[in-house]
Amino acid sequence: MFSDIFHTHDWDAVRESIYSKTSHDVERALQRTQRTLEDFKALIAPAALPYLETMARKSQALTRQRFGKTIQLYVPLYLSNVCQNICTYCAFSMDNLIPRKTLTDAEILEEVAVLKAMGYEHVLLVTGEASQQVGVAYLQNAIRLIKPYFANISLEVQPLQEAEYALLIKEGLHTVLVYQETYRAANYKQYHPKGRKSNFEYRLATPDRLGKAGIHKIGLGTLIGLEDWRTDACFTALHLQYLEQTYWQTRYSISFPRLRPIAQAEGSKSFAHFMEDAELVQLICAYRLFRDDLEIAMSTREQETFRDHAVQLGITSMSAGSKTNPGGYAVAPQSLEQFEISDERSPAVIADMIRAQGYEPVWKDWDQTLL
Amino acid sequence: MAALQIAGKTFSSRLFLGTGKFGSHQEMEASVLASGSELVTVALKRVDLQQEHDDILQHLHHPQVQLLPNTSGARQAKEAILAAQLAREALETNWLKLEIHPDPKYLLPDALETLKATEALAKLGFIVLPYIHADPVLCKQLEDAGTAAVMPLGAPIGTNKGLRTLDFLEIIIAQSKVPVIVDAGIGAPSQAAQAMELGADAVLVNTAIATAQYPARMAAAFKLAVEAGRQAYEAALPPVRAHAMASSPLTAFLDA
Repeated sequence: MFSDIFHTHDWDAVRESIYSKTSHDVERALQRTQRTLEDFKALIAPAALPYLETMARKSQALTRQRFGKTIQLYVPLYLSNVCQNICTYCAFSMDNLIPRKTLTDAEILEEVAVLKAMGYEHVLLVTGEASQQVGVAYLQNAIRLIKPYFANISLEVQPLQEAEYALLIKEGLHTVLVYQETYRAANYKQYHPKGRKSNFEYRLATPDRLGKAGIHKIGLGTLIGLEDWRTDACFTALHLQYLEQTYWQTRYSISFPRLRPIAQAEGSKSFAHFMEDAELVQLICAYRLFRDDLEIAMSTREQETFRDHAVQLGITSMSAGSKTNPGGYAVAPQSLEQFEISDERSPAVIADMIRAQGYEPVWKDWDQTLL
Repeated sequence: MAALQIAGKTFSSRLFLGTGKFGSHQEMEASVLASGSELVTVALKRVDLQQEHDDILQHLHHPQVQLLPNTSGARQAKEAILAAQLAREALETNWLKLEIHPDPKYLLPDALETLKATEALAKLGFIVLPYIHADPVLCKQLEDAGTAAVMPLGAPIGTNKGLRTLDFLEIIIAQSKVPVIVDAGIGAPSQAAQAMELGADAVLVNTAIATAQYPARMAAAFKLAVEAGRQAYEAALPPVRAHAMASSPLTAFLDA
């Protein structure tokens, strides 16, 4: 289990080792063809910032060789905002007094019709954590309902048990995204004071349960803004390395959600550990140099200009036209979003933007026959 | 130049193309045409079989171009067989590039599952072209299982490293009764020519063309290289010598 490895690493010591990397370490890391975790640390260190253009060029070349000039398009479908967790950064937090909604079968199909009209084949189902309203039975039903319409189904919901994952995989589930949010165990509870999510260890073991259940793809990540992003990135890479070696039949994706302002009853809220655009570029490129086969996703949290340029830098998938509220596409377009979208362009406009850069937007890259 | 025959079908081009990784469908189509290829692979998972006019297939609609659906994404024989049946029905071809790679990182083929699937698919009437390691024993086993050709890799897929499996390819070519198509790893026209000079029946190229700065021009370069390599093979290359051959000091006495 990953926790055995995780607990041999001390947050402060890892942080210190990243921040003490020198330009010499960076240059050595750049020259290698197979890069270690120590090389990764050097590439995310402040010492690597002067090498950003070199990193970007290498990242672009590696990405093109592995993935070609393609960008996969996917879309989130929020099924429910009912949640029994308190998370200090999330608009769906239980203590946020907003109207709650869980889509019915008919409503799900209404939303699906809009997504299909946009051209989507890859969909990401999202819910809050509420075992009564959106437990495994609800998810199983939702997957059955939408399976005829999509080539690829992903899930971003509460951590489940291995047997529950196995059940949903049988139904047609391809990918599960489960972000640790932060690997800083000592502070985790500060952000997740109440609800099942406050159990750091259970969440940490989720990718192990997914791997054992035989999932095709696992998405990892942390929320950028909670803690020092460099240290969190290093722990994520450690996690990735462990998972690749243990669950070698599974593929992996990563994303870097920078926390966005959220609406709360008493106004809006911003976050402590801000990340500059240059640092996000550094992180994307560092991951690409660390693993040439890693899928890197970018959501509509990011601004238009940044997303346009990211196409060339090493990302491999993008969402577009996203709504982060249940019913947001058709049923209840005015309800509260989980976070504010920065890039509101339609999927068709995003596809044109991708094409204009000499890349092919890929709508379908899976087939339910392969499950 | 002798024509290539696979399962009773004649090909005048010995260059096969993969259709992934291109920056646009137009670029892919232009490259296929420039390559002169008559057999192009298309990943089943990329094609929308429910849609009558799938975008990828539209761009491959040329009378000389035959589609070779592949089972990329399959991790086991069972999945590959299901995918093959779907492809046969939807694309109306019983030709199949069999790809089973349980390892998504290096996309290396699973020999056991590939052999199992080849046997089953051949019985179901498929023309099977399996992607495999450069494993001479496996090639003979696949022949016994009814394969139409073998497609050993030159190097890990997508690496452009060339014929890293050279010694094993030579053995495979020497003892094969079915066509040998070198697949994966060929990163430059010179490497394609080298494979053809060795006696490979054909090569399959994708990454080297799709990710070149000018894909269609690279496709044309590969066309020439494959033809040159084949011509050289048919003309029988003279042996390589380390130095000029001396007159016969050891055996000259026999003539005396």
